[in-house]
Amino acid sequence: MAKSTEFKSKERIKTDRKGGRSWTLGAMIRVLDDDGHLLDEDYESGLSIEALKKIYRWMVVARVFDERALALQRQGRLGTIAPLSGQEAAQVGSAWALQPADWMFPSYREHAVQAVRGQRWVDILAYWGGNEEGNRIPEGINNFTISIPIATQCLHAVGAAWAAKLKGDRIATMVYFGDGGTSEGDFHEAMNFAGVFQCPVVFFCQNNQYAISLPREKQTASETIAQKAIAYGFSGVQVDGNDVLAVYQVTKQALEKARAGGGPTLIEAITYRLQHHTTADDWTRYRSQEEVEEWKRKDPITRFRKYLEREGFWGQKDEEKIWEEAKAEIAKVVEEYEKMPERDVEEIFKYTYAEMPWNLKEQLEDLRAYLKERGEGKEE
Amino acid sequence: MAQLTLVQAINDALKTEMRLDDRVLVMGEDVSVDGGVFRATEGLLQEFGPERTLDTPLAESGIVGTAIGMALYGLRPVAEIQFDGFMPPAFDHIVSHAARIRWRSRGRYHVPLVVRAPYGGGIHAPEHHSESPEAYYAHTPGLKVVIPSSAYDAKGLLIAAIRDPDPVIFLEPKKIYRAFREDVPEGDYTVPLGKARVVKEGADLTVVSWGYMARISLQAAEEAQDEGIQAEVIDLRTLVPLDIETVIRSVEKTGRCVIAQESPPTCSFGAELMALINDKAFLYLQAPPVRVSAFDTAIPLYRLEDPYVPDAGKVLRGIQRVMQF
Repeated sequence: MAKSTEFKSKERIKTDRKGGRSWTLGAMIRVLDDDGHLLDEDYESGLSIEALKKIYRWMVVARVFDERALALQRQGRLGTIAPLSGQEAAQVGSAWALQPADWMFPSYREHAVQAVRGQRWVDILAYWGGNEEGNRIPEGINNFTISIPIATQCLHAVGAAWAAKLKGDRIATMVYFGDGGTSEGDFHEAMNFAGVFQCPVVFFCQNNQYAISLPREKQTASETIAQKAIAYGFSGVQVDGNDVLAVYQVTKQALEKARAGGGPTLIEAITYRLQHHTTADDWTRYRSQEEVEEWKRKDPITRFRKYLEREGFWGQKDEEKIWEEAKAEIAKVVEEYEKMPERDVEEIFKYTYAEMPWNLKEQLEDLRAYLKERGEGKEE
Repeated sequence: MAQLTLVQAINDALKTEMRLDDRVLVMGEDVSVDGGVFRATEGLLQEFGPERTLDTPLAESGIVGTAIGMALYGLRPVAEIQFDGFMPPAFDHIVSHAARIRWRSRGRYHVPLVVRAPYGGGIHAPEHHSESPEAYYAHTPGLKVVIPSSAYDAKGLLIAAIRDPDPVIFLEPKKIYRAFREDVPEGDYTVPLGKARVVKEGADLTVVSWGYMARISLQAAEEAQDEGIQAEVIDLRTLVPLDIETVIRSVEKTGRCVIAQESPPTCSFGAELMALINDKAFLYLQAPPVRVSAFDTAIPLYRLEDPYVPDAGKVLRGIQRVMQF
């Protein structure tokens, strides 16, 4: 069992000990049940109605973006992309808890986290459309670029947190990774360094049950991923990753603890990837339709909508309007994405070093000459 | 001016730069309390305290991975990997991240990181303590690779490496850590990255090398002089960026070239030099260039180390072959 006393100390939070599957055994923190009912009627999120609506909006826009991106890839208009559908609560809820001065280290599925933190959807699309410009994080947004080698970003987040601590900055860093990432050595080295040096870092694991085809129970013999924190000397907590309020609350507490000098936390958000691992994957090869349907019934967007409706914050008209708005917003994003200018071949060579060395200059010149010979080069 | 060994010059460089720039810190296994297994970081704890001399857990990927995060956050970490043979666990972070972050982020982020490691054979150490991995790093776009051969260069190059905005792999020939004492100026000076040094001038042929082999090449050139051969010896000092001008100008002058290196020959940095000389100075060549290397095997344990690592006699034989062509 994961140690999570500081999260349970607030008596208002109820836990669900039933669990649907073997990996959800233990005190998973929930605020809403599967149908969007508050488990504790006295619960207060501390979020304004406006904030709750914005969170819901982000979740809807993320879903629309995801579905549109998948369609674009199928039509040959976008490269490979990793869908996030089903993980909107885990991503938006946790991102909402970050402050602008905090640093965020994503893996490759965190489109919603990136967007909530201020990156433009069109840039996210551009990156997966083969344009590195999409990875140019605007100044002032403390998001790191995505890391594709699994769990490597955990060490970067720990290093940045360690540096912040050494400099006396009261910020936290948060790193995203999946259940598969917890098998990598870098995850364990990062957890170990974070524990030894009490770094202000939050490890946010989206346990979406599969690492491509490998199910969670074949990834580790641990009963939970959260309990791995115990071995490194700090707290781990399991949260219902499809419950946006619970995710927000747990992440906020972990970040506050980190900023206050309380050290690291591992959060295991139990969620489910409703789509393929990437557009190059086919989930029907390794899981049943029934299983996916079961998780669709736990859709985090539906659950949160039911809560908002029940609280009287949301109505049928709001619902219709928001999906239309989201579709219009993403349609504009796609239009802008497809109008992005052709890139110059110099982009291949730029940014390899602060200053371009002679060999890169020679190679660029040779490429330009070749393209000119073929009549494809830019006019000088 | 102090008389320092190469490893003392490394220590002096770290002290000098840590005094000048409070963003600079050292991190690695046994670097703080113990002062490093070769004493390269000795005395730093006493002067700069535990927050700038970080003894890390025993995990090379962790050392370089967290150092990248520190560099992203605005510090200037100098990470020590205790031996060349323990660099592979950190390889992923060096080649997949440190080398690419400027490129990947289109210049928003960069990694001013130095990874130091004692390198090469010659100290009769166990397996994995005598490797020459420079070609892996020189092959990786985005990295700089520096290998000093003198105490003066070691200090000036290390200070330049710490100030460099790009990640630098700094390999220190451990065989000559304490083999000599040389004049090293006190305080701040740099030796720029990307400038080779002509150690000895000569008109008959060019010997190109780096690190410990630069010392061996000079010995061989002096022996060749007794036979009436005037060899020019170039110490590259940095493999990346490469001072191609100095190499090509010399080969154009002499028409003959020997490359001496400690690593196995296949896909080595010496192989790259052969290709570049072919590309840029082919019509000046009076003989095929010759590589003097170790062998395409693992470096043996110490009873067979001497015949494995090239010595001055072997470099001299290379010189004679080129001259006799």
